[in-house]
Formats: sequence, structure tokens, C-alpha cells
Amino acid sequence: MVIYGTALLATCLLLGSILGRSIGWLIGLDSDLGGVGIAMLLLIGSLSLLRKRQWLPAATESGIQYWSLLYVPIVVAMTASQNVIGALAGGLTAAAAGFIPVAACFLLTRLLVRCSSPEQTP
Amino acid sequence: MNELASSLADLLTQYSLLTAFTLVGLLTLLAEFLSRTCTSGRIHPSALAIALGLLLALVAGWLTGGKKGVADLPMLAGTGLLGGAMLRDLAIVATACSVRAEEFLRSGLWGLLSLALGLGTSFTIGGLIAWCSGYRDAVSVTTIAAGAATYIVGPVTGTALGADSEVLALSVAAGLVKAVVVMLATPVLADSMQLNSPRAAMIFGGLLGTNSGVMAGLAATNPRLVPYAAMTATFYTGLGCLIGPSLVYLIVRLLLPVTGS
Repeated sequence: MVIYGTALLATCLLLGSILGRSIGWLIGLDSDLGGVGIAMLLLIGSLSLLRKRQWLPAATESGIQYWSLLYVPIVVAMTASQNVIGALAGGLTAAAAGFIPVAACFLLTRLLVRCSSPEQTP
Repeated sequence: MNELASSLADLLTQYSLLTAFTLVGLLTLLAEFLSRTCTSGRIHPSALAIALGLLLALVAGWLTGGKKGVADLPMLAGTGLLGGAMLRDLAIVATACSVRAEEFLRSGLWGLLSLALGLGTSFTIGGLIAWCSGYRDAVSVTTIAAGAATYIVGPVTGTALGADSEVLALSVAAGLVKAVVVMLATPVLADSMQLNSPRAAMIFGGLLGTNSGVMAGLAATNPRLVPYAAMTATFYTGLGCLIGPSLVYLIVRLLLPVTGS
């Protein structure tokens, strides 16, 4: 059933967010510490377990697949609801503080990706 | 006639999530058309759709004076739900169903390294820019530096340190600029960064960190890589909120004489 897949996905996200917030709370922080990342690990783990036992029929998987395919449209909706005026209103300081670190990190990405080429394992 | 028009408008407002699906579908269609005709397929349709989305958000923000782009128009309020944190996170986690677990483990160290480097770079450069703009007190410098990390780290750090609202707004603006720049520049620069493997995506996510920017940027580059970048990027904001008001503030305070805070 499709709902099993979607329910599993939703459960993973809820559990991950709860864990992320609990970790944040434990170290005295009012924010989520990697909840989405934890949820992804939970989903990867539970899917591989279900696959091994062959408890993952195609219908169940399609309940997850649908949402992963909706990812790009959701991102488009997200960009359409951004505070773009707010970004422009910050003036030159905000523009510089937003732009220059990005340029630096793009360069670093290039560097690190080169260093980590698949032949060498870290 | 007027009654009909207003009842149709009511319908679109009432069923705002459906209106949002329709809007995004139309935007994507337009983007695909523009990509094929104007750029002969060189610019990915998703990149154009994202640029169109930003453009619409700009126009809507100018029209309504609100902060949520087109979602501030009652009829398009569903766009805020569709693109909001809940469904966005659900879709991100769903992309993990195509992930190879061993790739995560093999590249885990590179992910951690890129997280540390990414946060360090953004905080350092952000702090320097704040200093060059004339801010001399540790609280303001730290807050603006945190804004250079993401638009969530900025206000969280600023609030924890008790920064002025003007500085808070500036840090949010810096984070927003970062997100927009990453959204637009990633598809253009992906090739030159060799952003074509799961490991490269993990490094990219850890270095850039801005969730919305990284995800929109990669969606328009190679959706297959999204979960890998999301995995590292999702820890960036959390770690930033952790070290911003603590470690970074202490370092800034050592480097600057504390004035007015």
C-alpha cells in the first residue's frame, strides 16, 4: 500500500526532527541540530532492512518515490516564497557578506573535490 | 459577472495548495519552453524555473511589502505551504531512498572536513566584511559573520548575544543574498567544480551549507546528487547555531576590544 511508504517517510522525518531538537536542547540551544540528516539516515537504514527481508513491495516504495520526484517543484515553490526584497534591502554590506564567502567556498569546493578524487580513499 | 469573478477568486484562495501546484506546473512549463527556444537547452529548465520563482518573489514582495514572496498574495498562499519547511524537508528526506549507504560512509570524513572549512570560511570572511563596514563591537561583528553562514544562523546568534535589530536584519539579508547567489551560480559553475559525484556533492553541501541555496542549486544541476549534499548541509545550520554565539563570539571578542555591548 502506498500509504505505508509515505507513513514511513513521515515517521522518519518526525523522529529525526525530535532527535535533532532534543540534541539541540541538551546542549542548551533552541534549534534543530541536523534533524533532517538524522531522518535521512533513519530512512536509509529502515529501507535497507526492509529490502533485505523483502518486505518492500513496489507500491510501498512508490509512496516515498512520489515525494522525492516532487522535490524540484517544491524547491521552485520555495524560491517563489523567498524574501528577495529583504536580500536587496541589506545594501552593500549584506551583498558583500553574502557574496564573497560563497565565491570563496565555490573555490574551496573545487579544491577539495580535486583532492578527494575517487582513486584515493581518505 | 462580478459575483462569478469573486467566487472564482474565493475558490482559488480556499484551495490554495492546488493553486500552488498549478502555478509551479505553469512556471516549469514556461521554463522548459524558454530553455528549449531561447537557450537551445543549454540552461537547465529547473535552473530557469528557480530563477523565475525568484523573479516572481521579487515582484510579489514589491507589490505586497511582505516577506514571503508570492505566498503573501492570498490566492497564492499555498505556495508558502508547498515550499515551506515541512514539505521541503519531507521531499529532501524522500530523496534519500535512492542513496547508496556505503557512499556516505566512504565520504564521511570529507563531509566533516568540508563542514568545518565551510563554517570557518564564512564566519571569517563575514566578520572581516563587518569590520570593513565600520562595525567594531564584538556582538555586531559576530552576528553579521553568522549571517554570512546562513540566514538562520545569523538571527539565532544575534538574538542569543542581544544584537541590535538593525544588525539582525543585516545578518538575515546577508544570508538571503548567499542563498540566492548559490541558487543561481551552482548550475553555471557545477562543471568547473567537477560537481558530478556523491562525494563532490557532500563536500559542496558542507562548504556552502545554506540549505535552500544548496538544494535549489543542485536540483537544477543534477537531482541525483541532492541527498548527498543535503546530508552535510543539514548539519551546517545546526553547527553554526552552536558555535556562533559561543566559540566564534569568544574569538571575535579576543580579536576586538568590546565596545558598546
